[in-house]
Amino acid sequence: MPSSVIAVRGLKKSYSTPAGDFPALKGVDLDIDAGEFVAIMGPSGSGKSTFMNLLGCLDRPSAGEYILDGRPVSAMDKDDLARVRGRLIGFVFQGFNLLPRFSLEDNVALPLVYANVERETRRARAREMLDKVGLGRYAASMPNRISGGQQQRVAIARALVNRPRLILADEPTGNLDTQTSEEILALFETLHREGITIVLVTHEPDIAAHAQRLVRFRDGLIVHDGGHVPEDHAEPAR
Amino acid sequence: MIATLLGQAWHAMGANKMRTFLTMLGMVIGVAAVVLMTAIGQGAQLAVADSISSMGANLFIVLSGSTTSSGVRAGGGNAPTLTVADADAIAELPGVAAVAPLHPGSGQVVYGSNNWNTSIYGITPAYLEVRSWSLAEGVPISDSDVRSATRVCLLGRTVVQNLFGNEDPVGKTLRIRSSPFVVIGVLAAKGQSLDGRDQDDTILVPLTTAQRQLFGVSFQGSVRLINVQAESPEAMDGVERDMTALLRQRHRIRENQDNDFFIRNLTAVADSAAETTRVMSLLLGAIASVSLLVGGIGIMNIMLVSVTERTREIGIRMAIGAREQDILLQFLLEAIIISVVGCCIGLALGVGGALLANILTKTAVVISGSSVLVAFGVAAAVGIFFGFYPARKAARLDPIEALRYQ
Ligand SMILES: Nc1ncnc2c1ncn2[C@@H]1O[C@H](COP(=O)(O)OP(=O)(O)OP(=O)(O)O)[C@@H](O)[C@H]1O
Ligand SMILES: [Mg+2]
Repeated sequence: MPSSVIAVRGLKKSYSTPAGDFPALKGVDLDIDAGEFVAIMGPSGSGKSTFMNLLGCLDRPSAGEYILDGRPVSAMDKDDLARVRGRLIGFVFQGFNLLPRFSLEDNVALPLVYANVERETRRARAREMLDKVGLGRYAASMPNRISGGQQQRVAIARALVNRPRLILADEPTGNLDTQTSEEILALFETLHREGITIVLVTHEPDIAAHAQRLVRFRDGLIVHDGGHVPEDHAEPAR
Repeated sequence: MIATLLGQAWHAMGANKMRTFLTMLGMVIGVAAVVLMTAIGQGAQLAVADSISSMGANLFIVLSGSTTSSGVRAGGGNAPTLTVADADAIAELPGVAAVAPLHPGSGQVVYGSNNWNTSIYGITPAYLEVRSWSLAEGVPISDSDVRSATRVCLLGRTVVQNLFGNEDPVGKTLRIRSSPFVVIGVLAAKGQSLDGRDQDDTILVPLTTAQRQLFGVSFQGSVRLINVQAESPEAMDGVERDMTALLRQRHRIRENQDNDFFIRNLTAVADSAAETTRVMSLLLGAIASVSLLVGGIGIMNIMLVSVTERTREIGIRMAIGAREQDILLQFLLEAIIISVVGCCIGLALGVGGALLANILTKTAVVISGSSVLVAFGVAAAVGIFFGFYPARKAARLDPIEALRYQ
């Protein structure tokens, strides 16, 4: 039996709002094995991003347990969490989140700075990753000089540069056209073939179709967890 | 890691040059003010110390006092109550190192076609010793000059310059109040006194010559004042008490009568002058430090704005593995760079300004390595102190909150 990279039990998250506590996740159980490619779908406000932020150790749950790569996250201190975010997980955002004043190469190399990697090694690895996403010749460019699809590829290169076991992508193609989305998805499939575990949130069924497993959220709970994507459950476009 | 962070801090500061410059300016002005004010303050202290040491150590001046004629008291030094005999008696007191009676006056001095009005002191040989005044050339006034009231004189630097120019005055004859005098020596330059008088604008003649030939005195041997030097600072109180008792007795002053002389402790005057300049230079430094403080607050202000503006950047950095201490260090470094670079510029300006003040206004300035070092240390400390709060605020941000920030 392959080991679980992610094991989640009874995970809950409430946001405190002026109107009182709002439960965004109401008790989620999920296991994701190493090397899986999982798509998460669900209507807007169903708690997908909340869930991804918890998986990415960017936020802490209100209740429940999250075991990441065999270690309970609740037992980690802030520095441990930072280390996990830097080395075990690569996070890809809908809005790319590149640093505007840094060249593409510096953006990609930044996680390595925090992992105390030597300058020369950082350069080499950043170049390698930019080549991998097909943007090697733009290494010295600034993020605002390239297209959205290219920016997202740089963000993926940055997520990959520290050789994480897990890529978490929250609507990575949400800001991109269909053509570019397909290119990004092809990239994720390559990573999947290389053995990296991928969890991807999307609203589009054709994107989700690239995954072998679909998890569906509604009102803070998982309502479907299956091997393939049933067409009749397809999301209405937002 | 530090090198990379330094590079990034430089980068961040370069992104907003005008703001960085203005923030730095607060620091520049603060440091320049501290350096300049300290230089001027220490310069003033040095100038006072110089004129104190030029005055002679452990010194009293005994002034002939006021007489009371029909209820009107004249000022000190007006009544001829002191005599050379008083001076000799004081010299016998314990704790007294030297006594130099003095008869001052002033008059017109002529040499060739030049003439000059200056102060003329009738002195005894002890005077030069008491004032720790040496000769630049020639010979001093001797006891025999005093005994036989010869017409010889010693010239101060300023007098030489005004009457002789580049000529060597020793051996020349000049006229003081129309009487011919032979110049036997030139006094070493002494500079300003505590009250700002030019001490080199002086002619010294034998006491007896001054009394009998230049100014005339009401009775034989009377002098206007006596310089008394005590053996040590500790002896001064005793000497003052003994002198008062001695002079009261010699002048036959009854129990309920006022003294007909004044005793001034010059060392005490000098001490209070030194204290005054010390307080002044402290005050200058304190005022300047306030501007350094304001500069520091400026840094804190800008760093807080910067943290708010870059909240999203902080979130991104945290999402890719930055720890709290990494973020803290990043912002702290920016604050320190601003204050240290500002400090260097401020040092240059402050030192330059002090030198300029020295050249333009002849104000004495002292630029000590220690004050430069202190300014530098304070600037770094200001950077750390005022940079720490904003940096900690940045480091304590919640990653997800920071990422959500628009
Ligand atoms: N910081 C927050 N404070 C309060 N409520 C929040 C916060 N973040 C999310 N929520 C609420 O929690 C619920 C789930 O939000 P979440 O962002 O996880 O949804 P989502 O499934 O990602 O939606 P979308 O498809 O629009 O991205 C929503 O109702 C949202 O309003
Ligand atoms: Mg979302």
